[in-house]
Amino acid sequence: MKVFVPVKRVVDYNVKVRVKSDGTGVDLANVKMSMNPFDEIAIEEAVRLKEAGVATEVVAISCGTTASQETLRTALAIGADRAVLAETDVELQPLAVAKLIKALVDKEGPQLVILGKQAIDDDANQTGQMLAALLGWPQATFASKVVVANGKATVTREVDGGLETLELTLPAVVTTDLRLNEPRYATLPNIMKAKKKPLDIVKPADLGVDVAPRLTTLKVAEPAKRQAGIKVADVAQLLDKLKNEAKVI
Amino acid sequence: MAVLVIAEHDNAALKAATLNTVTAAAKLGGDIHVLVAGSGCAGAAQAAAQLAGVAVVKVADAAHYADQTAENLAALIVAHKAGYTHILAASTSHGKNTLPRVAALLDVAQISDIVAIEDADTFVRPIYAGNALATVRSGDAVKVVTVRTTAFDAAAQGGQATVENIAAGPDAGVAKLLGRELTKSARPELGAAKIIVSGGRGMGSGENYHKVLEPLADKLGAALGASRAAVDAGFVSNDYQVGQTGKIVAPQLYIAVGISGAIQHLAGMKDSKVIVAINKDPDAPIFQVADYGLVADLFQAVPELTAAL
Repeated sequence: MKVFVPVKRVVDYNVKVRVKSDGTGVDLANVKMSMNPFDEIAIEEAVRLKEAGVATEVVAISCGTTASQETLRTALAIGADRAVLAETDVELQPLAVAKLIKALVDKEGPQLVILGKQAIDDDANQTGQMLAALLGWPQATFASKVVVANGKATVTREVDGGLETLELTLPAVVTTDLRLNEPRYATLPNIMKAKKKPLDIVKPADLGVDVAPRLTTLKVAEPAKRQAGIKVADVAQLLDKLKNEAKVI
Repeated sequence: MAVLVIAEHDNAALKAATLNTVTAAAKLGGDIHVLVAGSGCAGAAQAAAQLAGVAVVKVADAAHYADQTAENLAALIVAHKAGYTHILAASTSHGKNTLPRVAALLDVAQISDIVAIEDADTFVRPIYAGNALATVRSGDAVKVVTVRTTAFDAAAQGGQATVENIAAGPDAGVAKLLGRELTKSARPELGAAKIIVSGGRGMGSGENYHKVLEPLADKLGAALGASRAAVDAGFVSNDYQVGQTGKIVAPQLYIAVGISGAIQHLAGMKDSKVIVAINKDPDAPIFQVADYGLVADLFQAVPELTAAL
């Protein structure tokens, strides 16, 4: 069984982004970029499925600029077998990404697509669900446990009230939550090996996908800053402030 | 023009998040219709009909909506899309699961987690864990939108909507619910609580978390929350998590205990009206957003606070 793992290059989760003064976006110059943490969990899960003998091949997919090759190399170092980049300089929105991945799925026929539940840059939380819809496949979002056997995926999902377990008929799409696994560190020998693994580049036009954005960003602004508060000396003063100043208890 | 709100419910009653979503729908103008898809969901449909501003409640009652699977719900919504300019749902795990599927089937973008509505095509939404707010305009014929519930008040009661039964769609039969482990609690739910007591890594253990924080939450009638660190460490289950990828909350009072304040956690609670931080590290970033910071050992300060209430 072939497994696809779409990964996205995003601003590193430790970076506190700054809004550009002209309000056109956030400043990405000289900012550290990394693989979206949820996608790292997705790669780890797929590699574990391969190690367990369930998956036969793990293909990492990315959509974006040529710099996304770096993210794909990281996926290859974690253990993906090969990679495909759908390369474009156009700003990609989730629907376009879902269409690109669908086109690649149609070409290669994986039985499972595992990807992060959300990217930590646009926080959209859409791509997996959109991909499942376009393919007409079942989906299990926000997964904290995945078991694949006998043509089914049994997935435990983190939902608002607790946990829910779904059984999906393959092929299917799974999106990862934080507690699915702890991704391994790529070792130096594996990073070296990853450089030799195949990485193919395709263009959206070759896949017959229109990636034009549907949403126009009119403005990006900084949210209202909270006023710096005060430090209280002890519990008594805290209680007094909550009762008499903030009046919240 | 008309707006379709997808109800979130347990068949008997509506979830509070639906009330906030109806308020967002009202800001768009036009008729508000609510879709209640469930199994034996007359109670939820009645509750929806009583919300102020709702004109029509459409009910699809069938066994294959009992589990609220995205495959079946999305197909139903798309089959009944005619006449709607907007389709809205709460940005909860339910809405986030279902609505992108609807958007893709309609070949339109989804606008996720909106916090403000500028006009019928233009919305404000947080990006980068709430460190920036993007104003986006959709050129699509139908706007599919999820709504951050904390940014909109709950709709009032007092409506008298018409309740219509609609035909159920087919059962896709590709996703089956095997079971649910839902946290049972007498406390208010995190999303709707006025006061939240939240614990982090500083609690040290699950036992400490419950022993120290529950008495305080009991006295305040508060919901309990947690940082990702506390959930990852197994102190409490995932449904307690507040943050960028957990629950977004905005109570009147948020008491952060033993939470350092990573940006991912702040993203989930920084719109709270009053924030209290109790932490022994005076340099913890949580103090930069706290209205009242107490630098103290939580194992002394919290019981003292509980006793003084």
